[in-house]
Amino acid sequence: MSSGEFISPDLMPAMPELILACGAMALLMLGVFRGDQSTRLVTLLSVGLMIVAGGFVLAQGDARVETFSGSFVVDAFSHYAKILILLGSSVILLMARDYQRRENMERFEFPVLVLLATLGMLMMVSANDLIALYMGLELQSLALYVIAAFKRDSERSTEAGLKYFVLGALASGILLYGASLIYGFAGTTNFTALASLMGAAETSIGLIFGLVFLAAGLAFKISAVPFHMWTPDVYEGAPTPVTALFASAPKVAAMALFIRVLMGPMPGLSGEWQQIIVFLSIASMVLGAVAAIGQSNIKRLMAYSSIGHMGFALVGLAAGTPEGIQGVLIYMAIYVAMNFGVFGCILAMRDKQGMLENINDLAGLGRTNPMMALALALLMFSLAGIPPLAGFFAKFYVFLAAIQAGLYALAVIGVLASVVGAFYYLRIIKIMYFDAPADAIEAPMSGELRLVVGASALFTLFFFLYPAPILSVAEHAATALF
Amino acid sequence: MAELWWDYGWPLTIMVGQSLLVIVGVLVALAFLLLADRKIWAAVQLRRGPNVVGPFGLWQSFADFFKFALKEVIIPDGANKGVFLLAPLLTFVLAFMGWAVIPFAEGWVVADINVGILYVFAVSSLGVYGVVMGGWASNSKYPFLGGLRSAAQMVSYEVSIGFVIITVLLCVGSLNLSDIVRAQENIWFFIPLFPMFVIFFISALAETNRPPFDLPEAESELVAGYQTEYSSTPFLLFMIGEYANIVLMCAMIVILFLGGWLPPFDIAPFNWIPGIFWFVGKMLLIFFMFAMVKAFVPRYRYDQLMRLGWKVFLPFSLVWVVVTAGALVAFDWVPA
Amino acid sequence: MIVQALAFYLFAAVTVAAAFMVIVARNPVHSVLFLILTFFNAAGLFVLIGAEFLAMILVVVYVGAVAVLFLFVVMMLDIDFVELRQGFLQYVPIGAVIGLILVAELILVIGANSAGDASAAGSALSSSFPPVSEVSNTDALGRLIYTEYAYLFEAAGMVLLVAMIGAIVLTLRQRPGVRKQNISAQVSRRREDGVELRDVKPGQGI
Repeated sequence: MSSGEFISPDLMPAMPELILACGAMALLMLGVFRGDQSTRLVTLLSVGLMIVAGGFVLAQGDARVETFSGSFVVDAFSHYAKILILLGSSVILLMARDYQRRENMERFEFPVLVLLATLGMLMMVSANDLIALYMGLELQSLALYVIAAFKRDSERSTEAGLKYFVLGALASGILLYGASLIYGFAGTTNFTALASLMGAAETSIGLIFGLVFLAAGLAFKISAVPFHMWTPDVYEGAPTPVTALFASAPKVAAMALFIRVLMGPMPGLSGEWQQIIVFLSIASMVLGAVAAIGQSNIKRLMAYSSIGHMGFALVGLAAGTPEGIQGVLIYMAIYVAMNFGVFGCILAMRDKQGMLENINDLAGLGRTNPMMALALALLMFSLAGIPPLAGFFAKFYVFLAAIQAGLYALAVIGVLASVVGAFYYLRIIKIMYFDAPADAIEAPMSGELRLVVGASALFTLFFFLYPAPILSVAEHAATALF
Repeated sequence: MAELWWDYGWPLTIMVGQSLLVIVGVLVALAFLLLADRKIWAAVQLRRGPNVVGPFGLWQSFADFFKFALKEVIIPDGANKGVFLLAPLLTFVLAFMGWAVIPFAEGWVVADINVGILYVFAVSSLGVYGVVMGGWASNSKYPFLGGLRSAAQMVSYEVSIGFVIITVLLCVGSLNLSDIVRAQENIWFFIPLFPMFVIFFISALAETNRPPFDLPEAESELVAGYQTEYSSTPFLLFMIGEYANIVLMCAMIVILFLGGWLPPFDIAPFNWIPGIFWFVGKMLLIFFMFAMVKAFVPRYRYDQLMRLGWKVFLPFSLVWVVVTAGALVAFDWVPA
Repeated sequence: MIVQALAFYLFAAVTVAAAFMVIVARNPVHSVLFLILTFFNAAGLFVLIGAEFLAMILVVVYVGAVAVLFLFVVMMLDIDFVELRQGFLQYVPIGAVIGLILVAELILVIGANSAGDASAAGSALSSSFPPVSEVSNTDALGRLIYTEYAYLFEAAGMVLLVAMIGAIVLTLRQRPGVRKQNISAQVSRRREDGVELRDVKPGQGI
């Protein structure tokens, strides 16, 4: 480095992130000066910012571009994940408005924190460096810890936040330990450099240990078994819109990051990491299916459901082929879409006292609120993987990829787990249609919720008619990694 | 063996000699500065101050020293003995550690290290431990409150001190204290950076627990704060440590803003006088200002203290850092 | 070199001993004080490897600020350590197992490293660092942080911003009915607002 000559990095690839970062700070100022009555405005502006950022993502070309000395990368894969993340966060912000109004949670920091968490997720997706990975992950996690405890007068919410924080910090520590091992043995943190290093030299045992720790840290973030312990408690305790957020955008980001870490610098080690992923996948699918059966709280049930679904998605990653990655990407898209609907229904579950979370409160919904029951039933069928709904195709693609990659046992266990898992989804449908009505759920859903639930149900119902756009985009995104 | 002596033994001896010289010098100076402090305070209140021991009371500090040193050390019942005795010792040692890097004149410095200013900053930020430990180990209400106040106060004001130091560093381009002085050959920094000079002066008062920020030892509310349970030699160590810190802060102000050992004008009658005299003279001037503030200004309330630190100094110094950096870049004044 | 070696062993030994004392000290305040000692000696080790800037930053940030707040909190908490320790023995076996695994891994990793297995390591390290003898390490760090690692530096800033927002969101309460000092109102107050002169006739009162 001659005289500290500074060449300004190319900012265009990071435009969506810059927009979110600057926008979040501006909205924070707006909120601070205008007080809590500006919450609605800040929420809407946040959604607007996410849409603008999404526009910039779409406007970027498909070519792979690196910037900031190679620590930041955009390609078709990151575009796909970013659009999904932005969609997830913005829809959840809209869904949360009604809840916030009712539960006295109207504080402008909420949308700002969601915005910052989204920023962290985008940075995760674009990370091309171990430090960038960690920074994005920490930004996202820290914001999520805070919003998990956002209802600070509620003991459960505080407990959820604290639990999430402590365990999350532990996971970050493990991840960092792994990253430092990798750095120590490879001498670089850059994924591109790592990839060339791994291809060339014989891999040392330190790198493999590093990889194991890194994978463990990331598995925590997607709540794969055995790093899932936090999920049910946090999902149950956090305010419902926050739970909905946890189940959508961060999962996409963490899964995309997982894929990027394993496919980017580590393809040379695929023999090593495949075993880990297969184990995580089987354990998550089985536990998700079995442990959910006994649950009576619907948010807890969704927590186990998300553990199971992450297991299914990991099946595709375990295959490690372009088809497998394509399967994971399709899975995540469909999973997020189904989650919108399900959490929309959960957000609509309330009576005069407040929110209801017990599954038995849904009893007789088929008679008291047939539209909502129908939508929820559709979504439950889809989550269970009944053809021809979207959830079936999601599972279909990952299992197909697994079989093509020769992972027959994994595919068989996956199918068995989804059969077991179907039980508890169907139980909800049974409760809705065949049990005597409980106290009526207060009928009117807010407009936003109705829109989201309706769109989600229609998507799951009619996905099979025209799946081509998602398939081709996902394929394009997956091939960008190979 | 002889080689070992010339390689390690001799430099070590020189180092120890220099350190002793500085420590003894500072200690003797402190004896008279303490007296000066009391005299100035007395003069402002139209009293005479200490005037019994020696001519004009000049030996007063030495008399006090013997009194403290000869008294019995009392350790309160239930105090955490180790920490209780460690606290004054720590304060004392830390107060003198900072002097190692102070350049008294061109080349007159015990350790001319690259990160001198950070070293002083680090050492002064450790000073809080003596107070907090003393307050906690006394196992008594008032000392504990004093210790907690001190912890919060010092951490708060360190932030703005840090920003002030950054502004100066931006104008110098080095962290070495001698370089900082040399960079002021054309103009002393207190002229272009006057607001920072004021902030640093006030923060230095807060950092050293001087009035009007002497809340940790406020005698009218906390009896004497963290010092309440201390007597005899441990108290003496606290006292000397505190004054050594104050004088160290004076030296820092002189180095950062008043051109260190440089004469005000580099022309005939001024540059005949050796640098050390300029340095000491400027320090005395600053110390006089410290003493006057003590005599003039009533003690702050605690919330006012925090407000001043966090809501006034912090944003202001932050803005000033940006302004300075911007100006340096805009006019191409950035030091190489 | 003897002096450096002696200093290294001194600092290293004190660091390890103090770190050990952190976990065995009975009194939490003593634990924090030992933690501070550990930090301080780690800073000494930094100085020995020529990273004086990092050493000073370690002292300023960790010892001077973070540990003070630790101490602050620990002193204010009334922790009943006897109670805390009751559950401790229960977890000793699992803790020991995890510790042993980590140690075994470290040994494996170091063994592999010293066997020259990681020949590739370090090849990428020699990229753009100017040699230590040419620039002070403050200078070198600055050149890297604000150029090559600018993105990560800014990202760290965002993380800290989130932490700050989080702390405020979770703790700041606008309690009703609390009187606060309004300085501008105090300063802008005029004599006429506060003082009313009444001409009181003798023997009548107001």
